[in-house]
Amino acid sequence: MSACGGVVGMIELDRITRGFQVGDQLVQALREVSLNITAGEFVSIMGPSGSGKSTLLNLLGLLDRPNSGTYRLDGLDVTGLDEVAAATVRREKIGFVFQFFHLIPRLTAAGNVALPLVLAGVAPSERKERVARLLADVGLSGRADHLPAQLSGGQLQRVAIARAMSMNPAILLADEPTGNLDRATGREVLALLEDLNQRGTTLIVVTHDQEIGARAGRRILMEDGRVVGDSISPSPSGVPQGRGFIRGSGRGSEAQTSANAESTVPPSPPAPPPRGEGSKP
Amino acid sequence: MTLRDTLALAWGSLIHQPRRTLLIALAMSIGVGSVVVLTALGEGARRYVLEQFASLGTNLLIVLPGRAETTGGAPGVLSGQTTRDLTLSDADAVARLRGVARAAPLNVGVAQVSRGGLSREAVLLGSTADMLEIRHMRLGQGRYLPPGPSDQATPVCVLGEAIRAELFGAGNALGEWVRIGDRRFRVIGILAAQGQQMGFNTDETVAVPVAAAQQLFNTESLFRILVEVRGREAVPAVKESVLALLKTRHENDADVTVITQDAVLATFDRILTALTLAVAGIAAISLGVAGVLIMNVMLVSVAQRRSEIGLLKALGAPAASVRLLFLAEAGLISALGAAGGLILGLAASFALGRLYPVLPIAPPLWAVAAAVTTALVAGMLFAWLPAKRAAKLDAALALARR
Ligand SMILES: Nc1ncnc2c1ncn2[C@@H]1O[C@H](COP(=O)(O)OP(=O)(O)OP(=O)(O)O)[C@@H](O)[C@H]1O
Ligand SMILES: [Mg+2]
Repeated sequence: MSACGGVVGMIELDRITRGFQVGDQLVQALREVSLNITAGEFVSIMGPSGSGKSTLLNLLGLLDRPNSGTYRLDGLDVTGLDEVAAATVRREKIGFVFQFFHLIPRLTAAGNVALPLVLAGVAPSERKERVARLLADVGLSGRADHLPAQLSGGQLQRVAIARAMSMNPAILLADEPTGNLDRATGREVLALLEDLNQRGTTLIVVTHDQEIGARAGRRILMEDGRVVGDSISPSPSGVPQGRGFIRGSGRGSEAQTSANAESTVPPSPPAPPPRGEGSKP
Repeated sequence: MTLRDTLALAWGSLIHQPRRTLLIALAMSIGVGSVVVLTALGEGARRYVLEQFASLGTNLLIVLPGRAETTGGAPGVLSGQTTRDLTLSDADAVARLRGVARAAPLNVGVAQVSRGGLSREAVLLGSTADMLEIRHMRLGQGRYLPPGPSDQATPVCVLGEAIRAELFGAGNALGEWVRIGDRRFRVIGILAAQGQQMGFNTDETVAVPVAAAQQLFNTESLFRILVEVRGREAVPAVKESVLALLKTRHENDADVTVITQDAVLATFDRILTALTLAVAGIAAISLGVAGVLIMNVMLVSVAQRRSEIGLLKALGAPAASVRLLFLAEAGLISALGAAGGLILGLAASFALGRLYPVLPIAPPLWAVAAAVTTALVAGMLFAWLPAKRAAKLDAALALARR
């Protein structure tokens, strides 16, 4: 499938709306969100509880579908993909990291990391090799045979990150990845994610932690289903430089990022470094 | 996802809950095991009966008075109260037909047989010399009934081995006299002991010339005419000519029934096969019960593993793979249960075979195959709903919660 080849990671959302029917009431989780994210960006999404952050992330990860609007991923319209095609895109282009880790308790660390490779039908011999490398990358070589119950929170999240990266996805989506960790461990995990971003992965992190949010090169603020702030700092060094959060409606904020949005040739990500093996099994 | 990986993942989740897995497999085993044992018993009974029939000879025709209502050949389903009796001359005429090797008239009744102070009740067979051959009986000592005109009531008899033993014990019986009813008969032969043969224990019978039996029972009519046909192929043709002959002899009234050994055999075969199937079917119901158990446990399992299912989907498993994973779990449990059931059923069949050596107890292959297939299909079928539920699970929702 052409949509799945290559590692790019460019996202274009156009007036995405998502509402949930709760009883006879319609809860609008996303209201006409338009957003462009360039390959290789590090984006943080912040905002009050219930503002639609997780809903947005689920849509980006093709775990959910919008009621209206279009979603283009690497130039391909993925809004109406059928279930099987969406699963293929998830498998080959998108990695997920969750607040509650979601490791399978009966599988070892290595078994959990291998899961996406198993689902993709990668041969066991190759799997073994890749899992060993992935665990080494997150500094858990010695824990391959440990069960989740035998690992600390930080270690669990690192296993989860290794798992998310096992298919070498272009995009890494993390919903409050440090939400269940203490501050120090959270920093370690974030450093790991930043490192992956440095190596070319598009990183999108939903967080309530100001410090983490501020480290992102681009900070998106959501409120009541709308993008109300979108700021870019030239260096992902923490403190926003010059421009603060720009308030406005979803469409308004799109204008502020038109540098990326309108260009047909998106700026190339900061020097795509050599990645591991291709994402094709 | 490869099939091997699917099975490995499914197996992993099964052995993670060994007690639950074993209990469901046990339920399956009991179902499969009972199908195997019950069909083994049914099949044993069927083969026993068929062997008994075959021992009587397969080119045998049985002529009985009265018209059979159905073509099934079951004697006793008779119509018309005013049936003409079969007579000795009918039997003689039948014996002269083309294609008939020999024919023997038969009267059966119960009579008191005594010698000195000893007395007992015995089944009295009135027939002719040809009966020995037709019924494949073996003679122990002496001669069988004398050949010659069937209307001669010679006062001789042939004793079954059990009767002889009772009346004479260790003493000599040949040439001695016994009293049957109010007449005296000389013992001219003793049958070899051969035990039960289609409900007739020849050991407990006494044979006398048919005319003598008719005098004893005070009747002119016959109970049956047994006809042995030359060659099995001739059976249908001879049956027709017997019917035609007796029709002309009976003033153009087709008032006799001729049943072939094959028809009786087929009827018994049908009845016993149906019985075996019915019993197997009842046993198979327990497989359905095991299936419901699987469904129940799988539904609980799907509810418990919501986040795991959501995760698999997030990692790129399409709904079909998730469904297959749960079906594989059900399939593996069923296979485990089927294997256990086979071992259970075969062991029980073997033990029963040891207990009742006369019955050729062995589960028929079709039943074993059907039991295993039913177990697998029931397992998968009942797992379909839970598997479908898992496949349709909203991943975003499942992952939102812990
Ligand atoms: N499956 C659903 N059914 C009904 N309502 C939903 C569903 N998912 C989200 N919502 C609603 O949509 C709105 C946005 O939810 P969302 O989970 O995206 O918020 P959030 O920004 O991630 O919040 P938090 O910071 O608490 O995680 C909320 O009002 C929520 O109740
Ligand atoms: Mg959320």
